[in-house]
Amino acid sequence: MTDTDSTRTDDRRTASASDATDEQTTLSTDGGTDSARSEKREEVSPATPSTEKAFGPTVPNTGTEFEPVEVFPESTDFDLRPGSDSCYKCSTCDTNCPVAEVDDDFPGPKFQGPEQWRLKQAEEGYDIDESVMDCSNCMRCDNACPAGVPLSQMHNTARAEYVSENMSTFSLEYWRNRILANYRTSAWIASKTPRLANFAMNFGPARWLMEKTMGVTSEREFPAFARETFREWWDSQGGADGSRERARTARERRGDSVDAEKKVAYFHGCYANYNTPEVGKAMVRVYEHFGYEVVVPEQGCSGTPMFANGMLDDARRHAEVTVSSMSDLVEQGYDAIASCTSCSLALRQEYPELFDIEGIRDVSSHTFESIEYLRIHEDLAGALADAEIEGALADEFAYHAPCHARNQGLDRQAVELFRDLDGVEIEDVGDSCSGISGTYGWKAEKYKTSMAIGEEMFEHMEDAAGETGMTECPTCAMQMEHGTGYEIRHPLELLEAALVT
Amino acid sequence: MTLGTPNTQSSTEASIMAIESDVLVIGGGLAGLTSALAAARSGADVRLLSYKQSTLRNASGLVDVLGYTPDGEGPLSNPYDVIPTLPETHPYRTVGVETVREAMGLFDDVVTFYRGGHTDTNALVPTHGGTVKPTARYPEGASAGLASDTRDVLLVGLESMTDFDAPRAAAHLEAAGVPFGVRGVTISFPGAFRADAKVTRYAHVLDTDDDVSVRGRDVPARETLARRVASHLEDEKRVGFPALLGMDHPAAVRAALSDELGVDVFEVPMGPPSIPGIRLEEALFAALSDAGASIETGNPVVGYEGTERIERVFVEKNGARIPNTAEQYVLATGGLVGKGVQSNREGVYEPLFGCHVAHSANRYDWFERDAFGDHPFARFGVNTDDSLRPLASDGSTAFNNLRAAGSVLGGYDFAAEKSGSGVSIATGYTAGQHAAQEAR
Repeated sequence: MTDTDSTRTDDRRTASASDATDEQTTLSTDGGTDSARSEKREEVSPATPSTEKAFGPTVPNTGTEFEPVEVFPESTDFDLRPGSDSCYKCSTCDTNCPVAEVDDDFPGPKFQGPEQWRLKQAEEGYDIDESVMDCSNCMRCDNACPAGVPLSQMHNTARAEYVSENMSTFSLEYWRNRILANYRTSAWIASKTPRLANFAMNFGPARWLMEKTMGVTSEREFPAFARETFREWWDSQGGADGSRERARTARERRGDSVDAEKKVAYFHGCYANYNTPEVGKAMVRVYEHFGYEVVVPEQGCSGTPMFANGMLDDARRHAEVTVSSMSDLVEQGYDAIASCTSCSLALRQEYPELFDIEGIRDVSSHTFESIEYLRIHEDLAGALADAEIEGALADEFAYHAPCHARNQGLDRQAVELFRDLDGVEIEDVGDSCSGISGTYGWKAEKYKTSMAIGEEMFEHMEDAAGETGMTECPTCAMQMEHGTGYEIRHPLELLEAALVT
Repeated sequence: MTLGTPNTQSSTEASIMAIESDVLVIGGGLAGLTSALAAARSGADVRLLSYKQSTLRNASGLVDVLGYTPDGEGPLSNPYDVIPTLPETHPYRTVGVETVREAMGLFDDVVTFYRGGHTDTNALVPTHGGTVKPTARYPEGASAGLASDTRDVLLVGLESMTDFDAPRAAAHLEAAGVPFGVRGVTISFPGAFRADAKVTRYAHVLDTDDDVSVRGRDVPARETLARRVASHLEDEKRVGFPALLGMDHPAAVRAALSDELGVDVFEVPMGPPSIPGIRLEEALFAALSDAGASIETGNPVVGYEGTERIERVFVEKNGARIPNTAEQYVLATGGLVGKGVQSNREGVYEPLFGCHVAHSANRYDWFERDAFGDHPFARFGVNTDDSLRPLASDGSTAFNNLRAAGSVLGGYDFAAEKSGSGVSIATGYTAGQHAAQEAR
């Protein structure tokens, strides 16, 4: 439960190549399950006379002549051995895996992570099993593991290795995955002519062709592109200067110091920019309401769809853009805020687990989900106690917690925040996975699994009183809408309705 | 290559407000959940923090109170008769036998699909290893399997589930002298499942009663499973399966199998990962949510501020430290297995608040040479006053608003006594009630 060593855990996860080699040449003496958390392994100390007495002739040969043996060859990868050694095979991760529950070809996270890592060390030329591509990267296994095994980090690195070593860059699957993973690029093109794009992307014959040639399921409707992107809207509002003015006015109204150091950098991600600018607008209005100056820095894709498709080089390129601008802002006292729980998780957890870009850990430790941050810094519950929702959002909501909210401890946040809010009802539809997992459910061959995983959530949504859905995750929202036909809203929109308008 | 220097403080820590509650419970196991429930039901505003998913997922789902005395006598028929004779340092003596009874009453009130609350006497439940465990409460799905029942039993194992060898478990039960005949058979679960399919896969297919593919034909899962068992059934009147008969609809799955077979069907509690443990976890978390508590899992509590009183604790999220404040705190972080008590070559310690854990300076005194001996380490943990406040090494109260519950407590060996669940429930209940009273 408690873990005073967790900062050291981070050190381990970001250990440089040279550190990793050092660690590998020293044997651990720590037999406990926390060995993964040791930054530096202890040297094996010689047996004392008293231990010889206690153990007699069975004392292990750990005398001064003991030479640590290099068990595994030198490697420039992240050192996953301590994590692998920490796995004691309780299989709790397997019981959390939404794919293993429905897919008879999937061997589960325990295999994909620690077991496959061991196989790789033992066998020259061991190829990563192709089933790693069936992992949806929901990352529930991380939250499950009682021994702190970095399962998703293992899956992400194994998947990247599979894609670079075993998947042909001439294959359709590679290019289909690459195009899906680089949604931002497609969305950027589409945003130039949103009306045409909305028509073309859901034009029947085109979709039939996409399924036949690319393996993109024709069962789903593509999300509509907004006619005005969030960034276009942001510029029309005067950008950062406009926000500073509005924040100062709000501070005056609130009785705060006009020069209060309240400033945040918004990571809107691709979806709030191109598809749901109303979420981004709600973020800005709510934060300015509380007296925060918002800036919207240059940013790439969070990398979430790229991790899930093993495209780590693409993800790194985008991460470099984001980390570069965000780390400067963090240095100036800004915190990074994301409205999508997958984006915030990527910046917080996957970035430092997978990349060693300068400033990445500062960005990671200063990134928050939008409502989480307000809960920490403002009396949000107090503000909502006096509020009442009227109009279009005075409704009953069926809320689904995204898997990626779980590792951040945010899966109950919306329900607990809104359960006493006048004018709305909010009901948690349970802890099942929506099944879409970003690009996963868009692949023709994964569509069936995706819908089988989602079945439980659809049923619970139908059972819930509300006929409007709510979630923080854009792709969960797609799946919720696809399975039930409900309109899906973001908690920020409700917060905006309660506090701003 | 330069790595970013980790900032230990948020740049805006000055403006940080703490997340507030009356009672803050640290730990999501049976002790933490019970103390949070007890406090919430007493009207307190409760927040529960758990680093990872509840360890109940690894628990058998049986809820014991006391199966054996610390000297190994037993199985005990009535734990409540024996509690007053336990050593004074035992947590049951700290809270008192009547409190144990009240706490079990809270459990019965909350977890309605458990049985055994009608009597003080222990039930005898056969386990997957073929032993008989004395236990105070058991899931209703295990009811038809009790060892005090004299009807003959057929145990059914699955080829792919090496954790449960039914013929061997049956032989063990016979050797233990159970008052009924028992046989074990091993069948293959119908359908094309992988050899290492997860328990959740079987539970899912039985929950939904999906079709499974048998020799090219699609047939319903429940009925087909029952038919495979029927061919082995002689005149036994009850059939035991490993505990995977549905996650969400176990009663319906049992009823369907029972109808098909014409005999009673029960589940044999299994080792980790345990579906009865997951069902219990879900029931307790749902009850806590219904009681109005707030719950956060996924990140560890790593530190605190305060000297005589705990002023605040910090939750660590990827380098950010989020303060949480409360009037009263409950430490329910588990024991040596749950990492609420830790050790290294230098000593044994409670890592969060640094509460004193009494132990010999010589680490070779911590254990016995006999693997199943009476190990002192099994009783390591914090000692408390009568209201479960941890004591410092000089016997004074460590913090006046901190209480401890469950395996983080010292003075008992839950594995040998079969008292783990009962101590967690009784001390969780006591800590939660005291905390709620003082938070007012």
